[in-house]
Amino acid sequence: MHPAPSVIVFTVLSGAGFGYLAFLGLGLSTGTGAIAFWQFALGFGMAVAGLVSSTFHLGNPQRALLAFTQWRTSWLSREAWASCSALLVMAGFAVAAIFFGRILNVVGVLGASLCLATVVATSMIYAQMATVPRWNSPLTPGYFIACALTAGAILSAQNHLAVVCLIGLALIQTVCWQRGDRRFTERGHSIASATGLGSKGRTRLFEAPHTGTNYLLKEFGFHVARRHAAKLRVIGMALLCVLPALILSSASGGMAVALAFVIHLAGAFVSRWLFFAEAEHVVQLYYGHQPQGATG
Amino acid sequence: MTCLPQTTTRKLGLVIDLDTCVGCHACVISCKGWNTENYGAALSDIDAYGAQPAGTFLNRVHSYEVEPANGCATQTVHFPKSCLHCEDAPCVTVCPTGASYKRAEDGIVLVNEDACIGCGLCAWACPYGARELDAVAGVMKKCTLCVDRIYNENLPEEDRVPACVRTCPSGARHFGDLGDPSSAVSQLVESRGGFDLMPELGTKPTNKYLPPRPKDRLQGVASEPAAGPSATGFFAWLDRALEKI
Repeated sequence: MHPAPSVIVFTVLSGAGFGYLAFLGLGLSTGTGAIAFWQFALGFGMAVAGLVSSTFHLGNPQRALLAFTQWRTSWLSREAWASCSALLVMAGFAVAAIFFGRILNVVGVLGASLCLATVVATSMIYAQMATVPRWNSPLTPGYFIACALTAGAILSAQNHLAVVCLIGLALIQTVCWQRGDRRFTERGHSIASATGLGSKGRTRLFEAPHTGTNYLLKEFGFHVARRHAAKLRVIGMALLCVLPALILSSASGGMAVALAFVIHLAGAFVSRWLFFAEAEHVVQLYYGHQPQGATG
Repeated sequence: MTCLPQTTTRKLGLVIDLDTCVGCHACVISCKGWNTENYGAALSDIDAYGAQPAGTFLNRVHSYEVEPANGCATQTVHFPKSCLHCEDAPCVTVCPTGASYKRAEDGIVLVNEDACIGCGLCAWACPYGARELDAVAGVMKKCTLCVDRIYNENLPEEDRVPACVRTCPSGARHFGDLGDPSSAVSQLVESRGGFDLMPELGTKPTNKYLPPRPKDRLQGVASEPAAGPSATGFFAWLDRALEKI
């Protein structure tokens, strides 16, 4: 899949933002007054910047309000509802904390649940795609939730909890990569099933339908060299989990938290780039592309 | 509304005969022509006369080579592909705005372009590459089964079929109600063993493909050219004499 920068920025920033807002809603290290102002500014800033970025890849963003209408079937529509209600509830919670010095526990827990529901809805947009076997798994919501909770734990300066989250995220990320590499072949998609010609003999592309490119090839035909991907996985894992865990387990204080978060966020961008770049869409079979790890 | 209808009264669709298609791409061109001049936003071209032309098409013809395991001659199979108007269309349910819908009366999957935000999710959800986001209009384009031809009483009756079917010079494309077992297309699918594309994804496509028939094998032709009968008498002498010159 084409790793569109707007979608990578959206999922990374809004995931981290909603993760942090969830921790604030649960009252973990939630301040009052001016401290609370800067805490919520950071949480809301990332969540909203991510959501705004997501509209950049739309062909007709002026009609975006229509995206609230199909919540019965569409995860994108559910995400729209979840994100707006999470931001509204958390806004009420933030106003009480900043201006009245009060932590409204019930509102906070409700807001935190809505924040996590938003992250689940975002992840389900990808996890529901039966056409992209690597994503079409319960591991995808697991990975998105783990990313959000880890970012929230780091920013809340809950260093012990953050290290636990970082270890959990490292495990989920590793399983995602290992299982993901095999998933396309395991599902049995091939040029034989795509064309239905498999029973006639060995099928290969003789001639593509067009000499130039098209929307399908631009959107789904992104090929990343495996050698490149292997290196990026090492770099991604180091930045996403290993370095932040080392920093937070050996130091404490604002600087350690800030450094750990910046490194973790950089790792999240690498990890998310791979999430899109390594995902293979079944339509590529019609263009003669062999999926990773497939034979025959 | 992006909930799929429980059932549709009819299941209009195409039957494509892979045995007959000659890969001339006439259906591609007639589709582009009709759907640029009529229903919805035009199918745009980018850099049409430049070095890297690209454009939106609703129908494309791939060509495959099939090598039978029994050593028979390799076959070239031309493979037109457009929207299959699936019964369980994943492109419809993912749409956040309700722009994508499947009609209860005839099963045609359409896009209401006035409600499309161009998020591209429906194209992600389609296994067949049947949807292309138009680069100029920013809305999703797909086969309408020429909904503006098949019910159009201003056209002569023989023209009330999809443009691709009307134009196909080899008769490889058939249009009809696949929900009616007695229809000509259903009979054709029955008699020729029509099949679905990527059935493992459970999309239940309406369009069916008819398999190519196995090629004949020429009898009594050896792989090496046989040595001709050796000449005798005068011709043998002539043969030798000519060799020596």
